Amino acid sequence: MATEILMPALSPTMEEGTLAKWLKKEGDEVKSGDILAEIETDKATMEFEAVDEGILGKILVQEGEQGVKVNTPIAVLIEEGESADDIKAPAEAEAPAEAAPAEKPTTSAVEEVKTPAPDTSPDWPEGTKMKTMTVREALREAMAEEMERDDTVFLMGEEVGEYQGAYKISQGLLDKFGPRRVVDTPISEIGFAGIGTGAALAGLRPIVEFMTFNFAMQAMDHIINSAAKTLYMSGGQMGAPMVFRGPNGAAARVGAQHSQDYAAWFAAIPGLKVVMPYSAADAKGLMKQAIRDPNPVIFLENEILYGRSFEVPDLEDFTIPFGKARIARKGDDVTIVSFGIGMAHALEAADKLAEEGIEAEVIDLRTLRPLDYGSILESVKRTNRCVTVEEGFPVGSIGNHISAWLMENAFDYLDAPVINCTGKDVPMPYAANLEKHALITPAEVVEAVKKVTYK
Amino acid sequence: MARKPSPQPEAPSNVSKDELLQYYRDMLLIRRFEEKAGQLYGMGLIGGFCHLYIGQEAVVVGLEACAKEGDKRITSYRDHGHMLACGMEARGVMAELTGREGGYSKGKGGSMHMFSREKHFYGGHGIVAAQVPLGAGLAFADKYLGNDNVTFTYFGDGAANQGQVYETYNMAAQWDLPVIFVIENNQYAMGTSVKRSTKSTSLFGRGEAFGISGEQVDGMDVMAVKAAGEKAVAHCRAGKGPYILEVMTYRYRGHSMSDPAKYRTREEVQKMRDERDPIENIRELLLQGKHASEEELKALDKEIKDVVNDSAEFAKESPEPALDELWTDIYATELPQGSAEENA
Repeated sequence: MATEILMPALSPTMEEGTLAKWLKKEGDEVKSGDILAEIETDKATMEFEAVDEGILGKILVQEGEQGVKVNTPIAVLIEEGESADDIKAPAEAEAPAEAAPAEKPTTSAVEEVKTPAPDTSPDWPEGTKMKTMTVREALREAMAEEMERDDTVFLMGEEVGEYQGAYKISQGLLDKFGPRRVVDTPISEIGFAGIGTGAALAGLRPIVEFMTFNFAMQAMDHIINSAAKTLYMSGGQMGAPMVFRGPNGAAARVGAQHSQDYAAWFAAIPGLKVVMPYSAADAKGLMKQAIRDPNPVIFLENEILYGRSFEVPDLEDFTIPFGKARIARKGDDVTIVSFGIGMAHALEAADKLAEEGIEAEVIDLRTLRPLDYGSILESVKRTNRCVTVEEGFPVGSIGNHISAWLMENAFDYLDAPVINCTGKDVPMPYAANLEKHALITPAEVVEAVKKVTYK
Repeated sequence: MARKPSPQPEAPSNVSKDELLQYYRDMLLIRRFEEKAGQLYGMGLIGGFCHLYIGQEAVVVGLEACAKEGDKRITSYRDHGHMLACGMEARGVMAELTGREGGYSKGKGGSMHMFSREKHFYGGHGIVAAQVPLGAGLAFADKYLGNDNVTFTYFGDGAANQGQVYETYNMAAQWDLPVIFVIENNQYAMGTSVKRSTKSTSLFGRGEAFGISGEQVDGMDVMAVKAAGEKAVAHCRAGKGPYILEVMTYRYRGHSMSDPAKYRTREEVQKMRDERDPIENIRELLLQGKHASEEELKALDKEIKDVVNDSAEFAKESPEPALDELWTDIYATELPQGSAEENA
């Protein structure tokens, strides 16, 4: 039976090529693997191998011919005993599958078909007994409770065990759970981030601690390419239920390589969930939620906040759902949206503004992915003004995204342009005065609020 | 590594006829499947990157012969052979290559990204060497859960020069993880030969620095691969930690479909094909030992051709994924099936 040999596609982008040279002539025997011809693509001259065996019955495209479209029959292979004269005119080449007709595009590339109404339920029942604890204690308690509850949860990272944690978050966990579940790693971020992700693919629930998130850049490939994308790439067959956690952002006087807020980087990635708490109660409730979540969660802590004390509900099992912002302060004049340590500046600014008669509503986003668009929208509809506050760099910031989103979804409600208060567009300097100047300050937030309220 | 074929191929006395036939069948399936994939690529039915396994079949077939239920495997983007060898369906693999609904990843993964929880196949990874720590992590989970499964972590001579491999060696050895690092040394990292990329004379020998034993194996000889694999598996199952197999093999085709392969001579490839082909070798053994007749092998060839043609038809006819698949599988709402319990 005669077999048509078609002009091959020899690269992901090739649509046509030049048939530079035939290396077999009509009547030649062809074995699988023989070079039939040389074909020039836009990138290179490629040898074109035979797959089927037979005799080259007829050459349909002569050498030297340019612009030969992919899938055009270029020759016919026949079996022994067949005659080339029997070959009929080449049939229409089988065209590659047509792309499905374009459907109506969604208005936004972000899958937020409609903004859900904000969840305004309290995080814990009224009258709950409270206890005072630091963010550090809250994180430790959350991990210990979840490790107690589920044997597949384990902690790995540098100095998490015998050293009791570089920032003492894991203090006491080794004694309580033993070295099987509190695993000291060598200084090998890409290695243990990959091992942690592999363990998660196999069904464990690792908590991978980065001593700080600055070192997670060594491990970025596994966080993004391995952990965040596998569920999608596998058509839902397997994913990485795990937490990557550690301090993020500037500490104090540690210089450019140890002072960066990665919130916007991670929040840009579909497949990740991103949490950045401010208070101890949120740190605890969100950490427990993060460990239970069946997806990779980036949990961004802050060294300066570790030692701060907050009221935490004294409940046996307390979690906070993702995508639910917290109204930290009510007000009608302006909406200040922040998260993480930005909240400290936002709240301080709100106090100062109140002294001048400006009542700011302060929203703590708590999670950046999923983001509680509904709470922002409801507030801005009332205040008609918005200022965002974060420590990260200004370009491609969370504030930029919220501004763009408000322009699309609340344009008619805005009485002033949204202002993004961010860290400065410079690597973090070491000198005390310069560092202070590089970071966001409450005074800058006050100034921005006055600008949007025209005061 | 090229050597003359022994004038009279002989099967070791401890290898049964059925075993030989099984190797022959499994390797031939991969060969024919890959040839068909190359054809479909030429027709524009497969897009993007497509890395064929032709020439390396004995590696994965020999090692799969050492695996038991529960053992895991993970590899790079040159993954079609690994999937077929561990029992994944040709139809599902081919339909993923054509980006169709019937593919293992519903068309969302492509040639480089396929998975099967059922067959314990953990991908399909496109970043060179990323699968190495991931594989050690799979083994970490098995050790954590206290079972005796092992993980086959495949990577190439190119990946062997990535830093994360050595971070992984160090931790795998320190923690005695039951992982077999299989270096498929096909002698070319894309277009750069091993000689041009390292002064190391052996890649498995690098494990010594971390206290990991290993050996070099003739990867064109499926029985040699199987024998080495059994030793490695026994080592891992006994709780002695990781093991390295550097399997010397050869890829007949280019790195991917768009590789003009100017970095080696045509003669080098032809010599390997003529003298060392793993499938031809077994074929000779079967015929000379009178374990099978020409007719029987012809029938087997046809049987395999039918499976491959059927997979190609399926891959052409399976519809493209529905557009709303764009938005699914980004986040899990619950743990994917087959989590820790099934490994316990």
